[in-house]
Amino acid sequence: METLTEKSASAKKSSDPNPPTQNRRNRIWESMKQQKYLYLMSLPFVVWVFVFNYLPLWGWTMAFQNYKPARSFGDQEWVGFKHFVELFSDDRFYLVLRNTLAMSLMGLIVGFVVPIFFAILLNEMRGMFFKRAVQTVSYLPHFVSWVVVAGIITKMLSTDGGIINDILVNLNIIDQPIQFMAKGNLFWYIVTASDVWKETGWNAIIYLAAITGIDQELYEASRVDGANRWRQMWHITLPGIRTTISVLLIMSIGHLVSIGMEKQLLLGNSLVTDYAEVLDLYALNYGLNMGRFSYGTAIGIFNSVVSIILLFTANGLFKKITKESIM
Amino acid sequence: MANKAFNATRGDKLFDIFNILAMTLVLIVTLYPFLNVLAISLNNSTDTVRGGIYLWPREFTLQNYKTIFQYEGLLQGLQISILRTIVGTVLGLISSSMIAFTLSRPDFGLRKFVSTTLALTMYFSGGLIPVYLLMRDLHLIGTFWVYVLPGMISAFNVFIIRSFIDGLPYALQESAKLDGANDFTIYYKIILPLCKPVLATIALFLAVGQWNAWLDTYLYNGSKAHLTTLQYELMKVLQSTQQGSGAGRNANDMAQQMTQISPESIKMAITIVVTVPILIVYPFLQKYFVGGMTLGAVKA
Repeated sequence: METLTEKSASAKKSSDPNPPTQNRRNRIWESMKQQKYLYLMSLPFVVWVFVFNYLPLWGWTMAFQNYKPARSFGDQEWVGFKHFVELFSDDRFYLVLRNTLAMSLMGLIVGFVVPIFFAILLNEMRGMFFKRAVQTVSYLPHFVSWVVVAGIITKMLSTDGGIINDILVNLNIIDQPIQFMAKGNLFWYIVTASDVWKETGWNAIIYLAAITGIDQELYEASRVDGANRWRQMWHITLPGIRTTISVLLIMSIGHLVSIGMEKQLLLGNSLVTDYAEVLDLYALNYGLNMGRFSYGTAIGIFNSVVSIILLFTANGLFKKITKESIM
Repeated sequence: MANKAFNATRGDKLFDIFNILAMTLVLIVTLYPFLNVLAISLNNSTDTVRGGIYLWPREFTLQNYKTIFQYEGLLQGLQISILRTIVGTVLGLISSSMIAFTLSRPDFGLRKFVSTTLALTMYFSGGLIPVYLLMRDLHLIGTFWVYVLPGMISAFNVFIIRSFIDGLPYALQESAKLDGANDFTIYYKIILPLCKPVLATIALFLAVGQWNAWLDTYLYNGSKAHLTTLQYELMKVLQSTQQGSGAGRNANDMAQQMTQISPESIKMAITIVVTVPILIVYPFLQKYFVGGMTLGAVKA
């Protein structure tokens, strides 16, 4: 974010350090008139951002009220932390929190490590044509919607004609096809694997770009010193993309709890709901669909607060360890 | 980037073999599901039940496609999806590029305020219910605009375009000014044409996002038959056997679904219809989005 602020200083340099107030006001007015097109081109959108991004924050007050849709703000009944107390004493909440954290953590670890490995291995490919082909194909699932991916995953894992069951049965690893989508304890793995299938190629782009930036002389020098390919990867490629790795890691930790609910809603079903329900889905089911707006908002606030704490903690840790920061 | 092949040791050769095998596996695992779906969609739907369709249809037919295009919801959904993709992409491009242009001007008085306002939106959101109530209060629920207005400006897109404009020589703008051009003319006549590569990237992001969106239909317009999108129609069909999945679907919807449990081949045909537009566009835009992603990586 450093790029956002640094240049505003230069903008102010042109004005006198201590102008008389009158003069200064004139100058501001003068410059506003001069820049009227710039103002016209950005102010409407600032209003837009305010409405769609900042106004919902005002809705957080709902969590501290017994919100009734028909009433005006002044007429709402304020109840303090009642909804939070209720939330924290609900057993379902801890189940949902467990699911959210489990799927986020698994997604973070696997979804973070696999693209790095993939990028490094792809970079080491020698045949240019094959390399291009693999790369092009690997992005493909990223552009397909979660609806389609969920359909494909369900098809691949189905008991009638699903390729996974067919292979496992034919290799005599299992006798009977497994009802993958009906097994709650497999749900987290299915979601994680779907994520890897969909996003690995796409997430690898950034690492591939970073690898391209590594000085080629380092590789030549190491070859002279007798380093083999594994050693080159370990001692040159990986350290070479360390900055990229840390930045992306911090960013994904910040989004740890806000994993959304698309995959869970699409891949889940009533048989696996104890493993599939995540915070957002819980807010949808117990807040929106039942009309308990205040309770649902409390869930949302909890979600945001945890995200922010995680982001700052991660950033602080990385600053200490690697002296790099994204904020 | 690959190291030259001279002096390859035995370990290096072993590594190459391992690597080729691994990458071939990636290729198969990624491509097979799509080919399988295509094969099933082209197979006779009663025959499909017997299973065993892998890469080729056993009893080739186009009947599944004929059937789904007679289903009114699909054509309706196709129209809405195309419309929201076009309108959403155009509005998103105009708004993001305009803000990006003003932010790239070092002399612009509101620059710091606008960029901070935008940057903050990347770190928080109001959450499901406050956003839902806002849409309701703005009377956007049950309208087409709920698809395009809320997501019109994304800070991430603005910052990518902005860093591209920052890379253009500022002298171009100054000389245009000396020739009497105003700021809007500079944006329209000079900046926009030069920004084509980055705008193509953002257009792709926006278009794919719009085409693939279904959650907003589910939340806001699920009961409005004339406003449902293609993805939402696909979701309804795909979930027709997994009854009860995604708790919280309303009873009305559920009843409708139970009555029409579609055969496998039909489902796969709809999946192909939903996927094909993306597959057609994306090879052409690949060079742009790789560049765009890299830019995002450096600046984000």
